[in-house]
Order: sequence, then C-alpha cells, then structure tokens
Amino acid sequence: MSEPLFVIVAILTLGGGLGVVATRNVVHAALFLLLSLVSVAGIYLLVFAEFLALVQVLIYGGAIIIVLIFAIMLTRSQEYPRISDNPQWPLAIVAGLAVFGVLAASFLWNLPPASEPEGPGLAKIGESLFTKWAVPFEVVSLVLLVALVGAIIIAGRAGDRE
Amino acid sequence: MPVDFDFRWAAIIVSGIIGFIAIAIMFGASMFISSRRRSEIKLTSYECGIEAAPFRWSQINIRYYIFAILFLIFDVEAVFLFPWAVIFIGNKIAFYAMLIFLAVLGFAILYGWRKGVLQWSK
Repeated sequence: MSEPLFVIVAILTLGGGLGVVATRNVVHAALFLLLSLVSVAGIYLLVFAEFLALVQVLIYGGAIIIVLIFAIMLTRSQEYPRISDNPQWPLAIVAGLAVFGVLAASFLWNLPPASEPEGPGLAKIGESLFTKWAVPFEVVSLVLLVALVGAIIIAGRAGDRE
Repeated sequence: MPVDFDFRWAAIIVSGIIGFIAIAIMFGASMFISSRRRSEIKLTSYECGIEAAPFRWSQINIRYYIFAILFLIFDVEAVFLFPWAVIFIGNKIAFYAMLIFLAVLGFAILYGWRKGVLQWSK
C-alpha cells in the first residue's frame, strides 16, 4: 500500500517543483511551491516522521508561503505581472544539477541499512530535545529573538521611507 | 512494508478519498446546475461599488509583512510546544527549559510592543 502512495506523493512533489519553475505567473509559482511542500509532508508521513510532517505543514505550508505571498504583493508586481525570461537560466541549471549531484552522491555513499520505517514519536523527541539538547534549544529562542528584532528594525526603516 | 502500515493510515486514506469525492461532487454540481450569463462586468473584482483601484494588484503596506514575520516566528515557537506538551509532567528540566524559551520570546513580543509594531497607525 505504501509503494503506490509514495509514487503519488513523489509525483506531486516533483510536479509542484516543476510547476514553480515552469509557470510564468509569480503567484501561481507560490501556489505550486505550496503543493510541493505539502507533498513533502506526505513523504515524511510515509516514513512515520509525524513530527517532521507537522512542522512541514505548519511552518512551510502555512507560515513560509504566507510570507512569500506577502513578499510578492509587496513588490511592484503590477508592473511585471508576468516573469520575463531570465538570462541566468543556464547558470541555474548548472547550480541545480550540482546541488542534486552532491546530495545524491552523499546519500548513495552513506546508504542507510534497509529497515522498516519506525518513527520515534513525539514523546521521545521531546525527551531528548528538552534534556539532552536543552541548551541548543534555548539558543533557538535567541535566534528567533534576533530574527524578530532584525525584521522590526528593517521593516521600520522601510516604513519610514514611504 | 509491515502490515501495520495499512492499518495506521487506512483511516486517513479513506477520509482523504471521501474528501476528494465530496469536493469533486460540489464543484461538479455547481458546474452543471449554475446558469452562466457571461458579461464584462462579471470579470471585475466587485460587481457593484467603486471600480477597483488602478491595478489588479496594488502594493500592500509593509506593515502586513511585519505581521507575517511575527506569525512565522511564533509559529516556529508553537511547533516546539507539541513535543513539550506530551512530556512536561514529571520532567522538571523540560518544564523549566520551555519556560525560559517562552520568556525569551515573551521579551520579543514586549520589544515589538514597545517599538509600536503591534499598533496599526503610528
């Protein structure tokens, strides 16, 4: 049952990614990205990584896409409703293939032993996150604080200019 | 694949299929039943009222973007509450670790408040 499910979800992920680069409308590209990100959550579910799937849907499917669409609306998109051809696309192909090559090679070299998928579950993640990794966890809060202060200062400056 | 797999996700798959069918029926029904009188005015954003401002998309205020970023940051915070919620009883270290985490981000919202980003008109 999981094999056909995986094929469906993988096709949706790749199709969404292809749509992002193929469509000429920026908003459609954002929506295709949403499809791709949510499908990745489906892949996480298939390998029983429920927490990762939750994070993927809540943060990538929810917040990141909202920020992205707001960013599109902030730009002067009425002047460029359609993306014109970008002369950098050959470079983008090379960069994309290079990243794919590095990822695929590192995966093939460190091929994990085939095992039945088994998620750790929320409780185990929580236990190791809040005891063994408590200090990095607190650092995360500082990183978020810095991001928020930076966003307020940068956006405040931009707001004054208007 | 273990047999367990089919059991664990069977309910989700069934409800997903039912959801897809329900949406297909709703869209299909409205496609078949509804009457169509095409005219130029149907294509405008608002059929009655003032005509929409010069462009279909006008530039939004940057303040919306701050709210989006605030949402993103507190969304990340909320995600960490899920694994915490299942273990904090009887786990003092985890309990206080999350309190410190929340205090730091509480300071963040106080900072934003002081800077006036939560106020719409300065």
